[in-house]
Amino acid sequence: MQTLLSLSNDLASAVERAARAVVTVHARPRLPSTGVLWRPGIVVTAEHTVRVDEEIRVALSDGRAAPATLVGRDPGTDLAVLRIGESDRLAAEIGDSAELKVGNLVLAVGYGPRASWGVVSAVGGAWRTWRGGEVDRLLRVDLVLYPGFSGGPLVDASGKVAGLVTSGLSRQLELAVPTSTVTRVVDELLATGRVSRGYLGVGLQSVALPEALRRLAPGAGTRGLIVVSIEADGPAARAGLMLGDVLVALEGTPLHDPGDVPAAIAGRRVGTTVTVSLVRGGAPLDLAVTLGERPSRRR
Amino acid sequence: MDVGARPHPLTSDLADVVGRLRENTVEMRSRGRASGSGIIWRADGLIATSAHVVGDAEPVRPGAQVVLADGRRLPATLVAWDRKLDLALLRVEARDLPAALIGDSDRLRAGELVLAVGHPFGLIGAVVTGVVHAAPALGGHAGPRWVQADLRLAPGNSGGPMADAGGRVVGVNAMIVGRLALAVPSRVVEAFAMRCAPR
Repeated sequence: MQTLLSLSNDLASAVERAARAVVTVHARPRLPSTGVLWRPGIVVTAEHTVRVDEEIRVALSDGRAAPATLVGRDPGTDLAVLRIGESDRLAAEIGDSAELKVGNLVLAVGYGPRASWGVVSAVGGAWRTWRGGEVDRLLRVDLVLYPGFSGGPLVDASGKVAGLVTSGLSRQLELAVPTSTVTRVVDELLATGRVSRGYLGVGLQSVALPEALRRLAPGAGTRGLIVVSIEADGPAARAGLMLGDVLVALEGTPLHDPGDVPAAIAGRRVGTTVTVSLVRGGAPLDLAVTLGERPSRRR
Repeated sequence: MDVGARPHPLTSDLADVVGRLRENTVEMRSRGRASGSGIIWRADGLIATSAHVVGDAEPVRPGAQVVLADGRRLPATLVAWDRKLDLALLRVEARDLPAALIGDSDRLRAGELVLAVGHPFGLIGAVVTGVVHAAPALGGHAGPRWVQADLRLAPGNSGGPMADAGGRVVGVNAMIVGRLALAVPSRVVEAFAMRCAPR
């Protein structure tokens, strides 16, 4: 009996420990969401739950209310950072998501505290969200994300934060953003107020490359990307790209699918220059494009 | 001797707790059909279950029966029925029944392990495991009346036990809201039993 009872106690203590750094975030109508005190005075929550930019209220675990200001948001990784006046509060104990293995017991903690348990069901390498953000590791969990849990911590059996859960990155899967990604985004938002991503400013469609063209352009794969729209005065337009150009490689990486482009320029800062290999009028051509910043799509 | 493949002590602990809890759980039947689950609250034949397992608008359809884990079928008479609490008490003519250990629902902590045993979909003594979602003191949308658990119940679980890791009953499974299991706290059940069936 002792093993089962001690596991039960450990799980409850893990929730209790994590809950001290869990806050209630009031930034949308009706249903609040959860946030984590990532550092003293700094709260991280799920970006999709922050529907307003001002008059955000946060309730601490002891019930005290604290006004919060929005430091910044990164819709790509579904993270938003808030600053609260109370900096004397203990921040969460942040663990390393890379230590999680498939089958590890984990809990999700929502404001209240409320708990949900399950196991790590899959881990994987870096991936790109449908909102365009770079996430360091895939972290899929088998647990129920109850209403209001988004933005709350995923904790291991010792109560250390192993990630941030959100329902905003997948409709089908329960996913957590790894701690390393959260910390990176927090640093960037605190420093500049936003996470900038390199941007080309073209609309692309995948086309099969005829054998003859492939022979012309070394480094090309079986498919290329035809430019079907081009943003006036965007980075691509300024570099001389034209409608009908067929992009075959970016910095030597073959391009097969329109998603390959953001993947190839992710992590490259705004202002850096990349070489785009293309075929125009049956002849190969390399163009240097200076990456611009993606125009923000504010609500 | 193969020492590499010993089962983890957790497994045998769980089997012990579940085994005992299954003995404390009964199947409720009325008009020859299964209607849910019940708990042997006292060894002298007092059975606790949900009010809605025993009747809808009014209590007890005629011919209520209780099926014990050992297969015995006993006719049951109604002692008390409270639709608002969603609780009912019945009595069967028997002695020395394997009564459930009663836990304290007020001491539950969010995240602690809970188990439920019941008879969903005709499966006898099916067990599910989960954790306490929120302690009963916490209001939330479900109100403070309930033990809320992250536990996958099915309709036939109604009236059956929700127990802690020690196998102590902390609630009577009452309903599923969203994906949450709600149970009437053991404190409420015990008070109801003391009021309606004093020892």
